[in-house]
Amino acid sequence: MPEIDISGLAVTFGKGPDTVHAVQGVSFQVAKGESYGIVGESGSGKSTVLRAICGLAPVVGGSIRIDGKVLSSPRTPAFYRRAQMVFQDPYASLHPRHTVDRVLAEPLVIHRFGDQERRIEQALDEVGLGKGFRFRYPHQLSGGQRQRVAIARALILEPRILLLDEPTSALDASIQAEVLNLLDRLRTERGLTYILVSHDLAVVSHMCERLMVMQHGLAVEELTRAGLQARQASQPYTQALLTASQGYVGPQQQDR
Amino acid sequence: MKPLLAVENLRITFPTRQGPSEVVRGVSFTLGRERLGIVGESGSGKSQTGRALLGLTPPPGVATADRLEFDGIDLRHATPQIWRGLRGLRISMVMQDPKYSLNPVMTIGRQIVEAYRTQKGGARNEARDRAMAMLEAVQIRDPSRVFNAYPHELSGGMGQRAMIAMMLITEPDLLIADEPTSALDVTVQLEVLAILDRLVTDRGMGLIFISHDLRLVSSFCDRVLVMYAGRIVEEVRASDLAQARHPYTQGLFTCLPRIEGGTRPLKTLQRDAAWAT
Repeated sequence: MPEIDISGLAVTFGKGPDTVHAVQGVSFQVAKGESYGIVGESGSGKSTVLRAICGLAPVVGGSIRIDGKVLSSPRTPAFYRRAQMVFQDPYASLHPRHTVDRVLAEPLVIHRFGDQERRIEQALDEVGLGKGFRFRYPHQLSGGQRQRVAIARALILEPRILLLDEPTSALDASIQAEVLNLLDRLRTERGLTYILVSHDLAVVSHMCERLMVMQHGLAVEELTRAGLQARQASQPYTQALLTASQGYVGPQQQDR
Repeated sequence: MKPLLAVENLRITFPTRQGPSEVVRGVSFTLGRERLGIVGESGSGKSQTGRALLGLTPPPGVATADRLEFDGIDLRHATPQIWRGLRGLRISMVMQDPKYSLNPVMTIGRQIVEAYRTQKGGARNEARDRAMAMLEAVQIRDPSRVFNAYPHELSGGMGQRAMIAMMLITEPDLLIADEPTSALDVTVQLEVLAILDRLVTDRGMGLIFISHDLRLVSSFCDRVLVMYAGRIVEEVRASDLAQARHPYTQGLFTCLPRIEGGTRPLKTLQRDAAWAT
């Protein structure tokens, strides 16, 4: 049985003539310990799928099952102990006037976890920051360090599922490599399940075993990593994305 | 041939509580009618370099140089009058995000017409015709709709094209593009680049393309300057970027994940304190 089973998911925003069908009937399954990628351009609905799983988007159709059970709405605290989300922009997702310590302690307090000292120190160690960062404010951290704090905050509840919404798109290439390596290592060590949303095919190819391409709220096609690497895309949109990811080809170069 | 732009020993300093901080430290280059890329990570000084060329270093920052010459005009001691004759008319700049650089309460058409008439004068009708032609030149399919639209009514790609149209309507000799496509989707990105490419080839314009995306720059530009901590660490032909010598450039290249798969874990950049000196 797949750990996450989504079928016919539909999300709409607004009503009447202004209705936006952000996600229209998207279905996919993710096995335990698997890493699943969702690729698409802005407005394709890829982030909305993640937000819908977390209960942050108005679902109007379809079902989201975890271990075969339909999720209740609003989500229970038990759900959030199981699945946590890391957001795109580490400059916006950390409270500017809370120290790292307070950011990490908050989920522990909400979920009544004991042993806060040890858990906070351990979480910081795991993301490669160390105790020295515990009482800093976000403005005293670089972008990569902030994203590590965001990952630590998600991991501190020891979830089994991590929902990653463009976790590296706000970071420099060299920092991106460090954060991707960290995520990769954590998954191997803890057997986590990932759903990773990105606009970058190379990132998804590196991180995920299977992926789905989305456009205008619809699933265009599903591919395995091997299929992507062999560029066996059957849909024109996926092929266009693959071509675009190779960089610019000028008119002179095309003639050659 | 005389270069269009010559920069020697450009330095930009910002005062801080810990004393002056130099963000650009002795940058020198020349530019002909070509596509020059400037690549670097955030904080490397690439954007500040671009702004200094237009005399737009934000105060209290101070830019100094041994030589800063555009087409024989010394820019170091340029009076506001000289700047007015250059900015927008002979040197233009395209900023990163159309959302923040277009006037939200003016239609696109009025902004383009304004850009043209402040610089070139002329009748309103003529400016309007030119604006329409320019919108068509940047591959906007329905120019009259875009002409009458407000910025919020356009998508990111459309907005960026309108920006480019506005910057190019005066037919400048030099265009500075600061991350012009970073806010755009990959497929739109390539269309915008194709427009810039054509303008460089057809009009013989000089282009400075500032970006953090090494792969994109290497496929688009003729020559690339790699900046690290306010200095140029390497200058390479774009086609030879994969064979770059400096460990920083190599590091930037190898830390990118590839669709074809590669090393796992990814190589990370080992910074050497010596690079910054």
